[in-house]
Amino acid sequence: MNAPDRSALAPAAYASTWETNFNFAYLDERSKRMIRRAILKAVAIPGYQVPFGSREMPLPYGWGTGGIQVTASIIGPDDVLKVIDQGADDTVNAVNIRRFFQRTTGVRTTESTAAATVIQTRHRIPEVPLSAHQILVYQVPVPEPLQRLEPREVETRRMHGLSEYGLMHVKFYEDIARYGHIVTTYDYPVMVDGRYLMSPSPIPAFDNPKMHMNPALQLFGAGREKRIYAVPPHTAVESLAFDDYPFAPQRWDAVCAICAAADSFLDEVITDDRGGRMHVCSDTDYCRTRQAAAP
Amino acid sequence: MYVAVKGGERAIENSLALLASQRRGDPQVPELTLQQIREQMRLAVDRVMTEGSVYDEDLAALALKQAAGDTLEAVFLLRAYRATLPRLGYTQAIDTAQMQLARRVSATFKDLPGGQLLGPTYDYTQRLLDFSLAAAAEPPVAPESPMEVEAAAVPRVMDLLAAEGLIEVCQPREGDPAPADLTRDPLHFPADRPTRLQNLARGDEGFLLALGYSTQRGYAHSHPFAAEIRFGRVEIEIEPDELGFAVSIGDIDVTECQMVNQFAGSATELPRFTRGYGLCFGHCERKAMAMALVDRALCAAELGEDVVAPAQMPEFVLSHSDSLEASGFVAHLKLPHYVDFQAELELLRRMRSRDIATAAEAA
Repeated sequence: MNAPDRSALAPAAYASTWETNFNFAYLDERSKRMIRRAILKAVAIPGYQVPFGSREMPLPYGWGTGGIQVTASIIGPDDVLKVIDQGADDTVNAVNIRRFFQRTTGVRTTESTAAATVIQTRHRIPEVPLSAHQILVYQVPVPEPLQRLEPREVETRRMHGLSEYGLMHVKFYEDIARYGHIVTTYDYPVMVDGRYLMSPSPIPAFDNPKMHMNPALQLFGAGREKRIYAVPPHTAVESLAFDDYPFAPQRWDAVCAICAAADSFLDEVITDDRGGRMHVCSDTDYCRTRQAAAP
Repeated sequence: MYVAVKGGERAIENSLALLASQRRGDPQVPELTLQQIREQMRLAVDRVMTEGSVYDEDLAALALKQAAGDTLEAVFLLRAYRATLPRLGYTQAIDTAQMQLARRVSATFKDLPGGQLLGPTYDYTQRLLDFSLAAAAEPPVAPESPMEVEAAAVPRVMDLLAAEGLIEVCQPREGDPAPADLTRDPLHFPADRPTRLQNLARGDEGFLLALGYSTQRGYAHSHPFAAEIRFGRVEIEIEPDELGFAVSIGDIDVTECQMVNQFAGSATELPRFTRGYGLCFGHCERKAMAMALVDRALCAAELGEDVVAPAQMPEFVLSHSDSLEASGFVAHLKLPHYVDFQAELELLRRMRSRDIATAAEAA
C-alpha cells in the first residue's frame, strides 16, 4: 500500500485515551468467549441464527449492540477499525461507536475501507470490494426475516428447520399482484448457501449482490434479539425472487453530484425549499477517494 | 448547500457538556447527594434496583442522579454496569416465611396467624398535596409498634391453603433442573415458569401494570384475590463449595405478592385454586401485584385454558416486557435511516411514474 492517507488513520493520541478501568473492548473475557463460540457456530451453519447470551451494553438496544458485541469479541490490538452508519464515517452514531472502541481498546481507526481489518456497519456495504483479510460486522435490528409475517418465534424456528419459506414467496406474490412488482427495497431477504433464509439487515437491495461470494467474512449481530449469524467467505447468497420477476435493485437516473460516480448508492439531499435537490454517494470514503483521484 | 451531519464528534462532545450542565440545573441550588436520593427517593431507588436487577441502593441512587430522575435511563445505567460484574455464585432460595415483616396484608382472610400489619403505605393517605413538605420541617417521628412484631416466622397464606390441599402445589419436583439464568442465556420459547418469572421480575412496571389491568377487564379474566402482600427484610445466604453449608451474607428488603385465582380441575383431579406470584426488590407493591396477575395469565396454556388475550401469550408478554429493549428499539428511530428511506423514495417515484404513464397511454 502507499503511504497511508493522513486523514484516514486516527491520531495516535487516541491510544493514550484508552480507558484502563474496563477490560479490553469492554466485555469480560468469558463473555467474549461465549460470543466467539456463537460466531464459530454461525460460520459453520451459514445463515442460521445462533442464540447467544447478549449482554447489556452501555449503548441502547437497537443502536448497534449486537454489532458492538461481535466486534468487541473479535477485535485485537493490531486491528484497524472502521465504523460506518448509512455508509458514512461521520454520522453521529458511527462516531459514537468508534469513540466507544477507541476508549475501550485504543486500536487504530480509519475511514478508509481498504485500510480497515474490521468494518462495523449499519445499513450499508462499502462500495469498494472487500478482501479476504477483512471482516464486515453488520448491526442487525431484526434478525428473523419472517418476523413481520409470523411474529411467533416457535413458528419461524420450525419454518427454518423445514426450510419452508412459502410465506415469503406468498408475500412477494401478493406484492406483484397488488403493485406490479416486489416492493421490498431494503432488508431484502436472501437465501444463504441454498439453505437458510436470512435477513441481510436493513441494507438497501442495491447492496445485496455484494454479499454473494464475498471473500470477506460477514458477521451479523442482533443484540436486542440475542442472535448472531454469519456468511462465511465465498458463500452463495441469492436474493429471493421469481423466474419471471427477477431481483431488481434500485437504480438512479442521476450520478453523484460531487464525484460523478454512476455505480454507487446515492443519497438524496434537499438543498432548498423550492424542490432543489442533489444526489451524493452514501459511501463517504468512496466519494472522497474518487474526488482525490480525479484530475 | 450540502452540509449533512459532518462534525459528529464535536456535536457529541458539546451535547454531553450541555447534558451535564442541564442535569445539574441552577448551580446556586445545592447539589443532590446520593444519601438524599437513597433516603428520600426510596421508592424510585427500589424500582431502579428491581428492574436493574442489582440490589445496591447506592448504585441505584447514583444512576437516578446521573439520569436526572429518569427511571428507565437509571435502569439502563445500572444494567450496563451489572453486565460487567463477575458472577461469583448463586444464593440459596430466600424464604419469605422467615421475613421480618414491615407490612403484611391479606385480602382473603380477615384475621390469620401473624395478623395483618398495615405498615407504611400510600394507600390511605387521601392524596392531598401536603404543602408543609414544601418547606423544611422537623423530621417526622415513626410511631412505636403497638404489638411486639415477633421475629418468629409468619406463615404465608398460601401455605395455609396448601395444607388443606385447596391450592395447586408448586414444589420443585425430584431432579428438577436449576432454573435458566436469563441474564446469561437468551430467552427461549416455550419458556417455563421460572424463566417467565425472571423475565417479569425485570420487566417494566408500566407494561406489566397495563397487562395485569387488562386481565381484570375481560382480557383473560382469572378472578384474582390478593391472598397476601408482604414487605420486609429477608436474609440472603450462599453455600460456598468449600464450606458445604449455607452462610448469611446480609439482608435485603423485598415485596412479595401471592394471588389466589380461579380454580382448575379435571375429571381426574379435584378442583383447586391456582396461583400468581410476584416478587420485587425493595418496596414495589404495584409491580409485585401486576407481576402476579400476569404470571397467572401466562400459566393459561399449562392449566388447559384457552389462550385468547395478550396477557396469556408468553411470546407477546416476555418479548416486550423489558424496558431496555423496548426503549432502545423505539428510540433507534431517531438514528439516521437515509439509505432505507432513499430506497423507499426511489421505489415510490418509480411506481408513480409508471402509473402516470399507464394513465396517459389510456387517455
